[in-house]
Amino acid sequence: MTARWSWRSRRLRGWVYQGLAVAALGLLVALLLHNTLANLRARGIQSGFGFLLDPAGFDIGEALIRYESMDPYLRAFAVGGLNTLRVALAGIVLATLLGALLGIGRFARNALLRGACQVYVEAFRNIPLLLQLLTWYLLLTEWLPAADAALRLGDGLLISKNGLSLPWPIWPPDGGWPTGWSWPVVDGLSIQGGASLTPEFLALLLGLTLYTAAFIAEVVRAGIAAVPAGQVEAAASLGLPRGVTLRRVVLPQALRVIVPPLTSQYLNLTKNSSLAVAIGYPDVVSIANTSLNQTGRAVECIAMIMAVYLGLSLFTAAAMNAYNRRVAIRER
Amino acid sequence: MKFSLLSLLGAASLALLAPAAHAGKTLDAIKARGQVVCGVSSGVAGFSAADSTGNWTGLDVDVCRAIAAATLGDPAKVKFVPLTSQQRFTALQSGEVDILSRNTTFTLTRDASLGLSFVGVTYYDGQGFMVPAKSKVKSAKQLKGATVCVQSGTTTEKNLTDFSRANGLNVKPVVFEKFEAANAAYFSGRCAAYTTDASGLASVRNKESKSPADHVILPELISKEPLGPLVRRGDDEWAAIARWVIYGLVEAEEYGITQASVDKLKAESKDPVVMRLLGTSEDTGKLLGLERDWLGNAVKAVGNYGEVFERNVGPKSPVALPRGLNNLWNHGGIVYAPPVR
Repeated sequence: MTARWSWRSRRLRGWVYQGLAVAALGLLVALLLHNTLANLRARGIQSGFGFLLDPAGFDIGEALIRYESMDPYLRAFAVGGLNTLRVALAGIVLATLLGALLGIGRFARNALLRGACQVYVEAFRNIPLLLQLLTWYLLLTEWLPAADAALRLGDGLLISKNGLSLPWPIWPPDGGWPTGWSWPVVDGLSIQGGASLTPEFLALLLGLTLYTAAFIAEVVRAGIAAVPAGQVEAAASLGLPRGVTLRRVVLPQALRVIVPPLTSQYLNLTKNSSLAVAIGYPDVVSIANTSLNQTGRAVECIAMIMAVYLGLSLFTAAAMNAYNRRVAIRER
Repeated sequence: MKFSLLSLLGAASLALLAPAAHAGKTLDAIKARGQVVCGVSSGVAGFSAADSTGNWTGLDVDVCRAIAAATLGDPAKVKFVPLTSQQRFTALQSGEVDILSRNTTFTLTRDASLGLSFVGVTYYDGQGFMVPAKSKVKSAKQLKGATVCVQSGTTTEKNLTDFSRANGLNVKPVVFEKFEAANAAYFSGRCAAYTTDASGLASVRNKESKSPADHVILPELISKEPLGPLVRRGDDEWAAIARWVIYGLVEAEEYGITQASVDKLKAESKDPVVMRLLGTSEDTGKLLGLERDWLGNAVKAVGNYGEVFERNVGPKSPVALPRGLNNLWNHGGIVYAPPVR
């Protein structure tokens, strides 16, 4: 068939309308961008991303990569982004484990266990996350002992207002295998050596995990409830034990229902980590806030935050979609 | 998600404004509105804080009241907008406030690259450290490896880093978005020290701690922090008004014009300087686009600079700061105003 140009062709008309819509949208974005830049110039506000290569000049409390205050803003943003990634990844793993257990617990034969899981879900998902974070942070900083009176939890594990300190292998600077262990020791006002998880990180991780686990529990419960009862009955009539039925019959079928909404929960957890600024964890928003104030580049810093969250979210969504394709029903 | 919503709104409003729109006569807008809109901090005792009835007090607040009295003849015609340190510049840039009087440090970067101008210094400050008395720390140089609580979006973070580098201290900052959160974290014992402007430390110690004697402000001041108000660039007339109201309050102190004596002096004084300041001889108000008695109105509303200082932050106030550098130049301080004439 040769597509001839004609207003009578619904398909061609559709293309024209869509083309016009995209052009109008592009024009609007260009207009806003142009207007913003013109306004910034007219007001003598300096703009542009050039500042990212200037030395940042501020310290960051915890960094996964080597960072010094004379490093450029770009590296400071990288440190913040990695801090966000760190708490998001740890949170996703822990919330999935806890959420799955709670969700399965809603089907337990023991009424006490079933009830406890329900109470948990209703309590944690109905209290605003910010309040939970502030509560955990307050509890950790108020109740833990000061650094010079740190509590010992076995060999080399110290817990105090400095957080959880643990031994860490010493990596030689030129690569290769660790040469020994660095042990945390109390030194005057602070704890030196080893590695530490700060109270800010712990409070944020705890808050995000417990909050998101409540939602994941509901997702898991919905997934299990969606598996027809006949499947369980069939497994029982074959004499499969309950544990095997759950692992081999129910969960594989439930996953198809669970994975898509689970992806949304992972995205929510990542984005909710931006509440970290309230409790002093140096995530990407915190770094951007500081940079914004040092340089006054509000539009640029907000754009950086958006880019980081968009990037993380698209990556998570892509990974989960790939997983979803693997567990989805294969029509043969 | 909660980033600085106001920054976002400000950015959005910049995006929507017509580019050609002239910054406009701020004073005309204020007169038409019948109100000066003044950006202040969300609560630093002595500088700007609202009481339980929503009544704002403090040194930064009084600067705005004086400007309202000088421009509109009524110190009550001010709307105070509390701003966090991240929001403040965007709020002023986007025109949400007419003047930002919010303990903001005068620096080159801020004066030159934000499209804003500082109009003076209302308080000469310096950054210091506070530690719990029981820690036995006597000098900031003993804070090796210590965690230090600090509020984000201030010059404080950078000063702390510079001091830490210069003295090889390797301190670990814990950065909070809100002043209140930083205070709470310090008093819970999360940090070995708390750093901000010395005036802020005194304010926090006296207003927030259960027993002020348990906390010591260390002797070192690690930076210069001249605090002052800012206005948008592009309206030099408005900048001049704000600048000269501040200078005028200082001149009033220098020539002994007080809140109590201003009416009497206006009626009786034959001192040529006082007559000029109060507009009974020359009309300096006309040059600024104000009424003849602009400075008299301002002094009547809040008192002269010395009275503003004593009432809000002086030794007898709850914040109890010494006058120190902020005394007049002829009384051992560095407060010096160009002549109002």
